[in-house]
Amino acid sequence: MQLLTEIRVAGFGGQGVILAAAVIGKAAAIYQGGYATMTQAFGPEARGGSSSAQVILSTEPILYPYVAHPDVLVVMSQEAYTRFAPQLKPGGILIAEQELVHIDKMPSGIRVYGVPATRLAEELGRKVVLNIVMVGFFGAVTNLLDPDALRKAVADSVPPAMQKLNLQAFDKGFEYGATLVHTLAEKGEEGHPVSMETES
Amino acid sequence: MTPTTLEIPDGAQNPVEPFLRMDRMPHIWCPGCGIGTTVNCFTRALLDSKVNLDKVAIVSGIGCTGRVAGYARLDSFHTTHGRAIPFATGMKLANPELQVVVYSGDGDLFAIGGNHFIHAARRNMDLKVICVNNMTYAMTGGQSSSTTPAHVISATAPYGAFEPTFNLVALAEAAGASYVARWTTYHVKQLSRSMEEVLHKKGFCFIEVLSPCPTLYQRRNKMGDGLDAMKYYKQASKIRNGAPTGECTLSKSGEIVVGKFVDRDRPDYLELLRAQMTEALGERYVESEASCSC
Amino acid sequence: MHADPKGVLTGVHFLDGDHACCEGTLAAGARFAAGYPITPSTEVVERFASRIPTVGGIFIQMEDELAASIAIQGAVWAGAKAFTVTSGPGFSLMMEHIGLAAMTETPCVFVDVQRGGPSTGLPTLPGQADMMQARWGSHGDYGIIALCPNSPQECFDLTIQAFNLSEEFRVPVMMMMDECVGHMTEKVVIPEPDQIEITPRRYTKLPPEEYRPFEPREDLVPDMARTGEGYRFHITGLTHDERGYPNMSVETQDRLVRRLLAKLNPLANGRSLCETENLEDADVVVVSYGITSRVAQRAIQLARSRGIRAGKFRLITAWPFPAERIRELAGRVKAFVVPELNLGQMVLEVERAAAGQAKVIPVSHAGGTVHNPDTILNAIVEAAR
Repeated sequence: MQLLTEIRVAGFGGQGVILAAAVIGKAAAIYQGGYATMTQAFGPEARGGSSSAQVILSTEPILYPYVAHPDVLVVMSQEAYTRFAPQLKPGGILIAEQELVHIDKMPSGIRVYGVPATRLAEELGRKVVLNIVMVGFFGAVTNLLDPDALRKAVADSVPPAMQKLNLQAFDKGFEYGATLVHTLAEKGEEGHPVSMETES
Repeated sequence: MTPTTLEIPDGAQNPVEPFLRMDRMPHIWCPGCGIGTTVNCFTRALLDSKVNLDKVAIVSGIGCTGRVAGYARLDSFHTTHGRAIPFATGMKLANPELQVVVYSGDGDLFAIGGNHFIHAARRNMDLKVICVNNMTYAMTGGQSSSTTPAHVISATAPYGAFEPTFNLVALAEAAGASYVARWTTYHVKQLSRSMEEVLHKKGFCFIEVLSPCPTLYQRRNKMGDGLDAMKYYKQASKIRNGAPTGECTLSKSGEIVVGKFVDRDRPDYLELLRAQMTEALGERYVESEASCSC
Repeated sequence: MHADPKGVLTGVHFLDGDHACCEGTLAAGARFAAGYPITPSTEVVERFASRIPTVGGIFIQMEDELAASIAIQGAVWAGAKAFTVTSGPGFSLMMEHIGLAAMTETPCVFVDVQRGGPSTGLPTLPGQADMMQARWGSHGDYGIIALCPNSPQECFDLTIQAFNLSEEFRVPVMMMMDECVGHMTEKVVIPEPDQIEITPRRYTKLPPEEYRPFEPREDLVPDMARTGEGYRFHITGLTHDERGYPNMSVETQDRLVRRLLAKLNPLANGRSLCETENLEDADVVVVSYGITSRVAQRAIQLARSRGIRAGKFRLITAWPFPAERIRELAGRVKAFVVPELNLGQMVLEVERAAAGQAKVIPVSHAGGTVHNPDTILNAIVEAAR
């Protein structure tokens, strides 16, 4: 974990955006001995279509609770991408559900990682675990948190009957991410739009 | 002629004295006021019902009738204007062993507190609500209440009231009360019996008692004194047990239908709560022991 | 006395402030809650409604805040520990019953998750503009206690304190949360029940014939009786004597109302809860509370890194206000900087206590978000000049 990392997770209602953010926060605060503060959008905008949450991870107590310019942005809808991508910190990381988000243009210096999370979730038989696939993928490409801590946080955040499925989802996302990072490294690249399958 | 003297033997006491805080007498009510009569009936009912008086709590709001709690030698609570029922609700739910009686006036229970009344009736909360209806705000000087009949002069209706009124018994029935009766302060026997009956009945019970306010309501309307009110109650009342409450409207000087109108058995709030929780949670459900927590 | 294990969810959790507050009520022994839905506070009673049937107690959703705020008092007199939860508009409706609780010395807890006001204001966004209302909102003279948590962990810890203080002093205690703290999720550690101290209600040991409900002990607080145990006591919102009987005399009024305030004196001074840092060498002291205290802390760090001697004075008990401590500081610092999410409320108390001995600089904010730390920093820099 780094001194201060700010993350925003966004998508539409029903995708499990808040849970994904909570898993990340829990991993840091409970299973990795750090600090995490999660806040989320409430009100009419949260009751409607869109959903977003912010998590701050730190090795020290977190004082300012909100995120203005995240280091990492995880998006699961086009709307979330359009709305939040411009706020990304220079040099930040964009993580996108690549079949739901079309990346048009990004300022240079942003590393972009795409994952077909919905498809991977469907391969497990349940589309609803796409958020946990995203968490796994996030874990692999950012390397911010100990994968074990994330995995424990997943197990701790879902009902017992759903645990196995969610852990499979996490692993699937993580493996996809690890492979992608490995491939990019061989090409001598970090994350880049060209790595996105939809771009081809 | 030798003047007759009334000798009070040593140790003699009015049978209602043990139920009253005699150290607070004399009370504040005016000569001819009916509230004291209802309190008399209530003490009779307590006596006859043989309930454990240590387990009876009485809750009042604000107003002339709101002072009843202060005179009753029970655990007694004089709360805020209109809110006796929600206070009583909390008390009953925290300790269901208690028999909680709400004793208040028409202004308190039906104008400022009307919302609480209908919701407690809807929930069938196990409360006994006694409303002394003198058709006016007496404590504050005789203003209109939500039961002041048309054409009556009040401090805030100097040219006569004209707003339609609440028919309290119909309101209580419609909202879900288990027991609904109306008497006047002329009907002391029947009123006592009704009060005794509700002390043994589960669920939301409502008794309306028409009661005179000679000082304000009657004087302003040239309706005589307390005795004249009794004469009116006697002459205009018709006992019609089971009468459809919708027909039991009141007016300035018309017929007064009295009687027990509703007496039905419905599960009360706590029974409904237990049933639902048991259905949903099975053995995980823990019966409330709210009052044992400290 | 230790917490009843039935209500204590011992463990390490990732909870928001509202949920943590609910766990605090359960750990404190609250077994009765009455509420009415209002953003951003409803989660507290939603969780209570879900938890209480397996703990043993009652949650009831009342018809309005007036009802909720007095139903809890009926429950308290029946023997329960009880609370209600609300936000601005509902808090306004509860004012009369805060007065009733103060007058009848009914121990109970009011949780106010503050949002931007006035009126409907900003239902989903933070504010701290109910601070004066918490102290002065009901009519007449009386005292209350108000606590200001700045994290979910404190929403848990201070809720237990709120119940304990309400029992000790027999006053309504306000948990002055805000939307940000209420909806912020962080790690919350809930200790073992035997690590949680609970103040039990002090019931009279006298027999009914000797018991006088408002006869104060030496600490000016009277012992309580429980309904249904033969005490046949009377409670009224009218001015009352030691027997609890209405008494309209000037002497009774004076004696009663002065006692209602005086019984809180120990908390106003020696026992006030606050968090201080770097006061020894401070030129500028930032006085803050609730979520603002975290942002203020950031500003203080920035100021220190620039060589400015800034200190922290964080109010945990906002009421009674620790006037003596501020007065003492005022004699040796240049200035107080008071950021708050309102247009100047607690700053008035700081001014009153400082009494002209040090500058007092408000950093007001109408609410809707928290301060930018730089705004507070600028005020510190300015004050240090």
